[in-house]
Amino acid sequence: MERRRDDSNDEVSVKGPVGEGSRRVDARDKVTGDAQFAADIFPSGALTAVVVRSTVTRGRVVDDNFEELREMEGVEAVLTAEDVPGENVVPVIEDDQPALAESTVRYDGEPIALIAVRGRRQADQIGDLIEVEYEEEEPVLDPQKSLQENSPEVAQPEFSEGGNLFTRLEIDKGDVDRAIEDSPVVVEGEYETGYQEHAYMEPQGVVALPAPHGGIEIRGTMQCPYYVRNAVSRVLGLSLNRIKVVQVATGGAFGGKEDVPSQLSAYAALLSHATNEPVKLIYDRREDIKVTSKRHPSTVRYVTAADRDGNLTGVKVGIYLDSGAYQTLSPAVLWRSLVHATGPYNVPNVKVVARSVATNKVPNGAFRGFGSPQVIFPYESQLELLAEEVGIDQVELRKKNILRPGDVTATNQRLEKSVGAAQTLERAEELSGWTETKREYSEWNSRHENVKKGIGVSSVMYGVGMGASAPILDKAGAYVKLESDGSLTFAVGNTEMGQGAETVLSQIAAEALGVRLEDVNMTEVDTSRVPDSGPTVASRATTMSGNAIVNAVNNLKPRIERVAKEILGCESVSIEDGQIVCEDGDESVDLDEVAGEMWLNNVDMAAEGWAEKGVKDWDPETARGDAYFVFSYATHITKVEVDTVTGKVNLTQHVAVHDSGRIINPTTAAGQVEGGAAQGIGFALSEDLAMEGGKFLDPDFTNYLVPTSMDIPDDMIVDFVEAEYPEGPYGAKGLGEVPLMASHGAVINAISDAIRARIYSYPATPEKVLKAYLDGE
Amino acid sequence: MELEFTVNGREYVQDVPPDTRLIDFLREDLNLTSVKEGCGVGECGSCTVLVDGKSILSCLTYMPEIDGKEVLTLEGITDGDELHPLQQAFIDTGGVQCGFCTPGFIMVALELLNENPDPTRDEIRKWIEGNICRCTGYRKIVDAIELAARWMREGQEAVEA
Ligand code: FES
Ligand code: FES
Repeated sequence: MERRRDDSNDEVSVKGPVGEGSRRVDARDKVTGDAQFAADIFPSGALTAVVVRSTVTRGRVVDDNFEELREMEGVEAVLTAEDVPGENVVPVIEDDQPALAESTVRYDGEPIALIAVRGRRQADQIGDLIEVEYEEEEPVLDPQKSLQENSPEVAQPEFSEGGNLFTRLEIDKGDVDRAIEDSPVVVEGEYETGYQEHAYMEPQGVVALPAPHGGIEIRGTMQCPYYVRNAVSRVLGLSLNRIKVVQVATGGAFGGKEDVPSQLSAYAALLSHATNEPVKLIYDRREDIKVTSKRHPSTVRYVTAADRDGNLTGVKVGIYLDSGAYQTLSPAVLWRSLVHATGPYNVPNVKVVARSVATNKVPNGAFRGFGSPQVIFPYESQLELLAEEVGIDQVELRKKNILRPGDVTATNQRLEKSVGAAQTLERAEELSGWTETKREYSEWNSRHENVKKGIGVSSVMYGVGMGASAPILDKAGAYVKLESDGSLTFAVGNTEMGQGAETVLSQIAAEALGVRLEDVNMTEVDTSRVPDSGPTVASRATTMSGNAIVNAVNNLKPRIERVAKEILGCESVSIEDGQIVCEDGDESVDLDEVAGEMWLNNVDMAAEGWAEKGVKDWDPETARGDAYFVFSYATHITKVEVDTVTGKVNLTQHVAVHDSGRIINPTTAAGQVEGGAAQGIGFALSEDLAMEGGKFLDPDFTNYLVPTSMDIPDDMIVDFVEAEYPEGPYGAKGLGEVPLMASHGAVINAISDAIRARIYSYPATPEKVLKAYLDGE
Repeated sequence: MELEFTVNGREYVQDVPPDTRLIDFLREDLNLTSVKEGCGVGECGSCTVLVDGKSILSCLTYMPEIDGKEVLTLEGITDGDELHPLQQAFIDTGGVQCGFCTPGFIMVALELLNENPDPTRDEIRKWIEGNICRCTGYRKIVDAIELAARWMREGQEAVEA
């Protein structure tokens, strides 16, 4: 793979493993089966947890047989809201979600009781014995109707902005109505997206174990151990220092293990606390799909205005996100939709009104992209309509409008450093052979009826980290410890969930100290032993924990150098490849020898590091100022063939070009791009969960179609333009979420290009494609 | 019910309730936890093991079905500390991300390479279609299988030469 640099920024020099496609440090355990996931933990005598869930979409519990169940052999505990020793809440952003419903149930599958059963077989059978009687009420399912005045109440008044409106956010810049009126070209559209399920291959799961001093230990699959600790502390009413949360090997997360593990951990902890025994809670796949958070379904309206040359003059947007019954992460997801609504483009006049709405459905939450895919599909579709109206090539149109250094965003944030948006567009154009392909395809399409070919482009920007929506979380701690044999241990609170953080952070630690990758080891993420590095979300781990590690190593290094200078008898030294070298000669000493000396001479060999990333000048009232400390950018281009008899879409090539600053590990980075792109392709083409009356009809992989090896093109070209971010570790910024964001728009635009008709809702199933094609003819 | 079978080369004569799923027996009784349960109903391939050399879904298989047969799991393909070429290739190409799907992919790939030592990329893609990976987008998994196939052919030539 070719790598390019954007030379407008200062390069940070690297000598060690940063920039190398090193093998993943966790790979060996994963190919041998040694990696221990939550379900692989079998504490002796563990009880199996069963969650009793509402079978109605909205109503009240009027009767149950929990008393009888308690008497049954093998049933060790049955807990309801009354039995929660601390607060009955799963804390996320608001405290509106009870751990166990008190009597009102607000969605199908809402937890109402917990049972601990001895023996897994018995646990499998308990479901048939549970009897709960409800008084059912008519559910509120449609977000628009939910906002009407006469709608029954779903949101609790203390957690809403009025009625069932959870949150309303707004950007108002310039005079958009005027711009629309005055502009010669105006295009409009309404777009819809449905549920997207994370479908991490490892279902949710935790184990809770009684710990010394009346405490509790949680081991589980998760992104944010410190969130989990907080949740367990609240439900048990125990202080934080009595709770130890250990993240074990995590089989994919994608946002789905941001807040949900707090819920599972609270349940396992409650049962373990009540029985004083180990408790294991693993969701089966149907349960997991049915009751855990997903990407918010959306309805989004856009009006986009431009001058005759295609320069954008104004964008007006209305966003509705279907939050489900509780807030969970909705306010933050909505904020990201809001701030990303104009994409990586210059728009002088902007109005965005974004609303998240309560309905009687499963609460939605974080999913890779976090509220941005729901606006990317529309804004990238609108550009296609615009290109058509203006009569200009789609890439040309984007080049005219794309954000460049010195430009301002929708929130009036001036972009100065590390702005590689235009380079991603130009590079993707080149790699895809855009112009020739267009010519070739139009030639083909004029002569063929049964297969139409198309090419589509999509550019995106992504605010790295929490930004102004939660600046208190953009901090990270790191501990480092030089061992007496010269190896380095480091600890951070960010987690490895498949994305490669452990490897990338190890590379950064090795680079910072000047040792080989195999000489560093990241400790297991255990809240009793690692610092709080903030949540592993928002593509922030590399930047935040990376900076904290560099800081920690820099705090330790002078002590190593001092001892080395004494040994070598020279004035200044540097560390490279595990050796400390005199800068004014060729004397050198191995780090292990220096480490041994340090240990013998009682030198403190541990150090802490800290990183913080504030945003400046943000005014929440007007949504003006710096929304994020830096943005990452990408452009994807897809080529498709559409079968006009069946409507089936076949991807023939996918080009993905990213600016995530310096790439620490090109192999894992390319892996993130390919995997993320695949999830976006699924979002655009096949992933959909059918629902009736607020209940998912078939929550399984037979009906929820995750892309297979045959759905993703083998011809995928990945490239990076590295607009280095001087304030990131070695120039790096975030990557994880961006590939998903960029791929789906390119796919939908390629389909439209092929069939000369637009599709306004995801997923573009063969039926929809066929209908659009036939209607367009 | 008394059953006789081998797992990873070791013989067992065991009394097992006939409604025991193979996946549960392997994971819970033999601690072979490379066998992963991604769905439990035959939709994801993460529980794949080989029975007499053929890949099967252990979540859909009941113990009586393996009576008299040989079961192979991921744990059984390493030779002491020495990784199987497929395992090494998954590491080298970046075919592993979260790793939850990996055991299943390696097992179906092993079956493929036993039958066809020199598959094309398209043959590989078709062969693994029943296994879901949510992390990688599959390309690096195909790379891994292709690389392992090459190593195994070269190794074979080296042995024959
Ligand atoms: S667990 Fe057997 S196919 Fe999914
Ligand atoms: S590596 Fe995570 S599912 Fe395949």
